[in-house]
Amino acid sequence: MPSFVNPEKCDGCKALDSTACQHICPNDLMVLNKATEKAYNMEPEMCWECYNCVKICPTQAVEVRGYADFVPLGAQVTPLRSTDSIMWTVKFRNGMLKRFKFPIRTTAEGAAVPDGGWETGTDDLASPVLFSEPGSCGTDTVFTK
Amino acid sequence: MANFETVTVKSDLLLVGGGMAGCGAAVEAAHWAKKNNLSVAWVDKAAVDRSGAVAMGLSAINQYVGLAEGDNTISEYVNYVRNDLMGVTREDLVASIARHVDSSVHLFEKWGLPIWKAEGGGYVHEGRWQLMINGESYKVIVAEAAKNALGIDNIYERVFIVGPMMNGDRCIGAYGFSVREEKFYVFLAKSIMLALGGAVHVFKPRSSGEGLGRAWYPPWNSGSSTYFTLQAGAELTCQEVRFIPVRFKDAYGPVGAWFLLFKSRATNGLGENYMITRKDELQNWLPYGSVKPVPANLRNWLMMLDVMEGKGPIFMRTEEAIQNIANEYKDDKKAYKKKMKELESEAWEDFLDMTISQAILWAASNVAPEEKASEIAAAEPYFIGSHSGASGAWVSGPADLQSDESNSEYHWGYTNMSTTKGLFCAGDASGASSHKFSSGSHAEGRVAAKAAVKFAIDNNDEPVADDAEIEKLKAMVLAPLDVFTELSGKTTDPHINPEYIRPKMFMFRLQKIMDEYAGGVSAQFTTSTGLLNKGLELLGVLKEDAEHIAAEDLHELMRAWENIHRMWQAEAHVRTILFREETRWPGYYFRSDMPKMKEDWKVFANCKYNPADGEWEMIKRPIYEIF
Ligand SMILES: Cc1cc2nc3c(=O)[nH]c(=O)nc-3n(C[C@H](O)[C@H](O)[C@H](O)COP(=O)(O)OP(=O)(O)OC[C@H]3O[C@@H](n4cnc5c(N)ncnc54)[C@H](O)[C@@H]3O)c2cc1C
Ligand code: SF4
Ligand code: SF4
Repeated sequence: MPSFVNPEKCDGCKALDSTACQHICPNDLMVLNKATEKAYNMEPEMCWECYNCVKICPTQAVEVRGYADFVPLGAQVTPLRSTDSIMWTVKFRNGMLKRFKFPIRTTAEGAAVPDGGWETGTDDLASPVLFSEPGSCGTDTVFTK
Repeated sequence: MANFETVTVKSDLLLVGGGMAGCGAAVEAAHWAKKNNLSVAWVDKAAVDRSGAVAMGLSAINQYVGLAEGDNTISEYVNYVRNDLMGVTREDLVASIARHVDSSVHLFEKWGLPIWKAEGGGYVHEGRWQLMINGESYKVIVAEAAKNALGIDNIYERVFIVGPMMNGDRCIGAYGFSVREEKFYVFLAKSIMLALGGAVHVFKPRSSGEGLGRAWYPPWNSGSSTYFTLQAGAELTCQEVRFIPVRFKDAYGPVGAWFLLFKSRATNGLGENYMITRKDELQNWLPYGSVKPVPANLRNWLMMLDVMEGKGPIFMRTEEAIQNIANEYKDDKKAYKKKMKELESEAWEDFLDMTISQAILWAASNVAPEEKASEIAAAEPYFIGSHSGASGAWVSGPADLQSDESNSEYHWGYTNMSTTKGLFCAGDASGASSHKFSSGSHAEGRVAAKAAVKFAIDNNDEPVADDAEIEKLKAMVLAPLDVFTELSGKTTDPHINPEYIRPKMFMFRLQKIMDEYAGGVSAQFTTSTGLLNKGLELLGVLKEDAEHIAAEDLHELMRAWENIHRMWQAEAHVRTILFREETRWPGYYFRSDMPKMKEDWKVFANCKYNPADGEWEMIKRPIYEIF
């Protein structure tokens, strides 16, 4: 199905203008069924299983079931993403469970400073030196021939 | 005609595409635009937090030169890329990216991307040029810096860009439509930086049921860079240099960690290692056959020879690699357990960061890699000039990286400007500079954006669009909706109608042509003059039928245009394979009637479309070694 929605958990993002899953899907697949106020994947065979809809859903209503044309039944891979890490639960067909936790960022959400604190070495638009350089290169000058 | 509002957005600089190159362009442009009092608009078909090829995340940064650490030099990187591409590379462009890529990587780290560190404090390398990262939020972080720099008021998301706005021979913007509201968009600017990624689903994928979307390359990049530049009359290069990755079979999970970190081998169904049994074949592709690492396409080729002889399946020997590690630790059980736990987590993170489907497939197949090998296979062909392919626009290189010889051919003005005035390209949109990957695409976007700012200042006349021209483009863009409205009532099932074709079937028709005539999976990547000519004929008829695509809603209108873009990518590809009368990258495509590499084809094969008369021009350009 690739991504699918559990009707008991989806609250249609409380009828906001744009639902979270619709906002994030890079392939424009998630839509809200206006009648039921539940979301669904309208073109499952165009789904990359990127999990962006799964990770963003505030009620954890979205899951993924492997592509039916080559994935055997019975597995489940579930993420739980916080502001600084992600926890994955991998359930095997035979019932075995594996858990992994990885960091996802080292700064607070929204805190990225564009120049990273480096000054720009020139105001000359014709120079190959880019903003934040040469500091961000870690070298004294930018390479030239 | 469908009744859409026309929205005109004017700015000094327009950034088209918000992937890695677009994000690089946005942070860079924001700085120089502010200094020079210019405005910038930025547009993407999706939400830039999670758009493009890095939308899911990545587990490695594939280009890092390590200049500050003294690890490598620029010319070593140029050498590596030149050899991997069998000599066909713009060295000025590769060097231009390489000299800035470390700077982008250091910015990523400051912004919050976790890059693995070794005990001494240096980065952990997967290979010579690759850094290991915890990259689940790679795109989120890079887009965040870009958005913080540019301000969200200047960003237009969910607007699908169809093509270029032109004023004579100068590009003055882009047109497209919202996929959320009934709005036709016209963006006008003094200079344009284009980075709409590469293309997938031009060829039939191996999985054609529900797994159709599980191509290695993300289904949402559909050749828009190629269509845009062709329609702007720009010269394109390396349109024959597609990329075919070898990955874990079906889910296309990455093999890098297994080959590089675990030192795993791949063997055929008889247990033979084709890199050894077929090593004499490499002599046919000298000098590139003798370089280390063996070029990606030649590694593919040796494997394909086994497959064609019926010696499959091909296995990644995970069980053997793990046994080797166990042997290393045979006297210290505790250290072995610790090492294995570490490796297991690294192996799974490689999947979970960038190909979650592979984790699902392994779990659903109860794969225990220490017990049993897993199959690998060549995927279908993709267009990704930033990775190990090379397709894209022919762009000007920087003045200071030319030799006396190259200066007249490779440099004609602003860095990264195409042959069309005012149109700059980066990432997958710019060609003959492969192996830039995520980090190099970001760096290249920055280079292009800075030059585009200078162009906008030097050429600051207001872009003016002709109203009649806008109306014409609008009618063309919305035509698929009109076709549907007008004709869908003529049958009881809107999917089956003798007078139109829906976007999905149009895509299948294109894929079948490319698969069978242009060397797709079913043709075992082999083609010939006869096949290509027949393919071109069928593409011609398909192009006629493109006038009869029907779209029911905005989503399907986007699909219609994606597939028209794919069709143009296909045509540029077929014409260029046909033009290059040799086989140079046998593991990407094999021309059965011209099976050898020829010295007189050590050139760039370029092409150009003239929108005024519909003619294609094929051009040879010389290759100069600069480094
Ligand atoms: C499966 C895979 C694995 C990879 N692994 C690695 C790795 O491990 N390390 C590494 O460094 N690199 C890796 N790469 C390479 C890296 O992802 C690319 O080099 C990089 O993303 C190219 O940047 P880009 O800006 O050109 O394209 P993209 O990042 O793909 O961005 C294209 C943008 O254009 C937008 N767009 C497309 N069409 C339109 C349209 N018509 N209108 C409006 N917007 C549009 C898209 O939404 C997207 O935002 C990988 C790539 C793939 C596909
Ligand atoms: S994000 Fe979750 S809750 Fe919101 S509409 Fe989508 S599935 Fe429903
Ligand atoms: S998994 Fe990715 S491609 Fe599939 S619906 Fe969700 S966001 Fe879209």
